Amino acid sequence: MSASSPTAPASDALPAVRPDRLPLFLIPVLALVALPLVKSFSTWVTLTFAGLAMGMIIFIIASGLTIVFGLMDVLNFGHGVFITLGAFLATAVLGTMTDWTGRDSLLFNLLAVLAAMLVAVAVTGVVGLAFERVIIRPVYGQPLKQIMITMGGAIVGEELIKVVWGPQAIPLPLPVAFRGSILFGEAAVERYRLIAVVIGLIVFAAMFWVLARTKIGLLIRAGVQDGEMVESLGYRIRRLFVGVFVTGAALAGLGGVLWGLYQQSVIPQMGELVIVLLFIVIIIGGMGSVGGCFIGALLVGLVSNYAGFLAPKVALFSNILLMVIVLLWRPEGLYPVGKR
Amino acid sequence: MFRRLLSGDLPRSRVLAFVLAVICLGLLFTPFVFPGARALNVAAKICTFVVLVSSFDLLLGYTGIISFAHTMFFGIGAYGVAIAITRMGPTWPAVAAGVGAALVASLVLSLVIGLFSLRVKALYYAMITLAVATAFQTLASQLSDFTGGEDGLSFKVPAMLSPGFSLSSRPFLGVSLDGRLISYYLLLAVSAVLFLLMLRIVNSPFGRVLQAIRENAFRAEALGYRTVLYRTASNVISAGFATLAGALLALWLRYNGPDTSLSFEIMINILLMVVIGGMGTLYGAVLGATLFIVTENYLQDLMKLASNGLAGIPVLRDLVNPDRWLLWLGLLFILSVYRFPFGIVGKLRLKARRAT
Repeated sequence: MSASSPTAPASDALPAVRPDRLPLFLIPVLALVALPLVKSFSTWVTLTFAGLAMGMIIFIIASGLTIVFGLMDVLNFGHGVFITLGAFLATAVLGTMTDWTGRDSLLFNLLAVLAAMLVAVAVTGVVGLAFERVIIRPVYGQPLKQIMITMGGAIVGEELIKVVWGPQAIPLPLPVAFRGSILFGEAAVERYRLIAVVIGLIVFAAMFWVLARTKIGLLIRAGVQDGEMVESLGYRIRRLFVGVFVTGAALAGLGGVLWGLYQQSVIPQMGELVIVLLFIVIIIGGMGSVGGCFIGALLVGLVSNYAGFLAPKVALFSNILLMVIVLLWRPEGLYPVGKR
Repeated sequence: MFRRLLSGDLPRSRVLAFVLAVICLGLLFTPFVFPGARALNVAAKICTFVVLVSSFDLLLGYTGIISFAHTMFFGIGAYGVAIAITRMGPTWPAVAAGVGAALVASLVLSLVIGLFSLRVKALYYAMITLAVATAFQTLASQLSDFTGGEDGLSFKVPAMLSPGFSLSSRPFLGVSLDGRLISYYLLLAVSAVLFLLMLRIVNSPFGRVLQAIRENAFRAEALGYRTVLYRTASNVISAGFATLAGALLALWLRYNGPDTSLSFEIMINILLMVVIGGMGTLYGAVLGATLFIVTENYLQDLMKLASNGLAGIPVLRDLVNPDRWLLWLGLLFILSVYRFPFGIVGKLRLKARRAT
C-alpha cells in the first residue's frame, strides 16, 4: 500500500519486493468470523456496512496523522481540533443552505454537502498551515516539548471554537435524501453509510494514486523510509512536510464533516474524544503506513460494530483489545515502516 | 534545621522565597483570614493539587517521562477511599483499608505499565498511557455497582471530620472549631509532609540519577545505571503520591466521581500547572497549582467584569467570557513551553542568579 508495496516495476528496476498481503485478509476473515456469531444474515449486512462506513471516516481522519508521523516523527496531539473545526464549519455551511438540504433531491443535497466539505477542507488547510508554523516548527525534534505544545494547541483551539460557536452541542441533521435506509432483501443499509463508504473509497483511491503514481508521492514514501537520504538528494523535505501536514489537516476537516453528519450533532470536545481511537488505529496499522492505517481503521470500525451488537459492555474496550491482539502478532503494527 | 527540612533545596531567589512564604502563610491561616466555605474549599484543593502536581513533576520534570495516566492513579486513590467507606461505614479503619488497597493497586498497575512500556520512545509511552487511562475511565463508569458510575459516590467521613462534630462550643478567634476545620488542618499537614518527602526524594542521589536520565538517558546508561529500572521506580513513586493525593481529595469533598478525579480535563490541568509553574522543580508545582486554582476560581469573577464592560464589542466580549479562562491559561502554557521551559520558578531563579 504505502511503503511496503512497490510501484510498477520498469524492466531495469530492482527485483520487486514481495508485497505483504497477509493483513489484507484480516478484514474478510473478521467479517466471516462475525457472521455465525451474529446469526442473522441481514443484521450482519447492516453491521458490516455500518462498520465499513465508520472505518472509512476514521481512515480519512487518521491518514494525515500517520504520514505526518512517518515523515517527520511528529505526532500531533492537536489533530482533533481539525476534526472539530471541520464539523462546526459543516454546521455553519449547511445551516445557511437549508433550502438545498431540505429538498428531497439527492443532487441538491450532495451539492450542499460538497460545499460544506470544500469550505471545511479549505479552512482547516489554512489553519493547519498556521498550526504547523506557530505550534510545531519551533519545537521540531524535541519530542517531549512537541507532545506538550500540540496538547496546548488542542486546548487553545477547542476554546477558540467555543468562543465562535459556543460550548453547547449543535445539531447537524442529515440532508433529507440522505436519511432513511435502502433495503437489500432483508438487510437495511442506511443511505448515509453507503455515501460515507463511497466518499471514503474515493479519498483512498485518490491518496493511493498520489502516493503510488506521482513524483510527490514517491518523495513522500521515500521520505518516510529515509528522510536524510531524500534531503541529500536535493529535495527539501521540510516543504514536503508542510504540504503533507496541511493535507492531513484538510483531510481531518473533511473527516470531521462526515463524522459530524454520522453523529448528527457536534460538540467542541468531539476531536478530543476521537483522538485516542486515532492513535489506536495508527498503532495497529504501523506508525507511518497509509495502507496499514486503512486496514486498521476498517478493523476498528468493524470490530466496534460487531462487538456493540454482540456484547455492548465489551464494545467499550474492543478497540484496545484489538490493538493488543494485533501487536501480539506484529509488535510494530501491521505494516512496520522501515527505519523504526 | 530549615535547610534540612527543605532537603537543602532552597528557593534560591528572594522573590520566589517571598511568594512561597505568602502561599504557605495563606494556606495556614485561610480559615481565619478569609472566612467562608468557598475560600476554604479553594485552599483545600490547592493543598491536594500541590501533592498531585509535585508527583507529576517528579515524572515529567525530573525524569523526563510524559504520561497521560496520572489522573488514573489520582482516581484510584479517591475511589479507594470512597468505595471502602461506602462499604465499611465511616470509620478510620475503613479509610486506612481504602488508602491501603488503593496504594497497592496503583503500585502494581504503575509497575506493570512501567516495565512493559518505558522501554519505548516518549511518543509511544504518551500514547499507551492515554489509551490505558481512557480504558480505565470507561471501566470506572461501567462498574457502577462499585463506583456509582457517572453519578459517583457520596459518603460520610469519620465523625471527627464531619461538619457536625465540634471541638468546643466557643468559637476561637471568630472561627468555630468544627470538623471542617480539623479536616482542613489534617489535609494541610499531610500534604505538607508528602511534599517535603518528595523534596527529599528528588534531592537524594536517586533523584540525581533521575535528572541524569532526563538530560541524557544514553549517557546515564553508559555510566552504569539501569535506566529502565530508575524510570520504573520514578513511575511507581509518582503513582503512589498521586494515589495519596486522590485519597485526600475524596476525604475532603466527601464525594468522588469521574469528573472530580479521573477525567482527562484534570490531566490537562495538571500538565498546565507543572509547565506554567516550572518543570524540574517542586516549587514550580506549588506555584503552578496555586496560580491555576486561584485563577480557576477567581479569574472568572474578574473576567465577568471585563466581559460586562466590553458587552458592546462582539468578539472581544466572547474572548473574555468567564467560561473561556482556560483559553488564556492555554496560551500562557504554550508561551511557557517556548519562552521559559523552566516556568515561573526557572525565570525567577535565573533573575536571581544574574543579579548576584
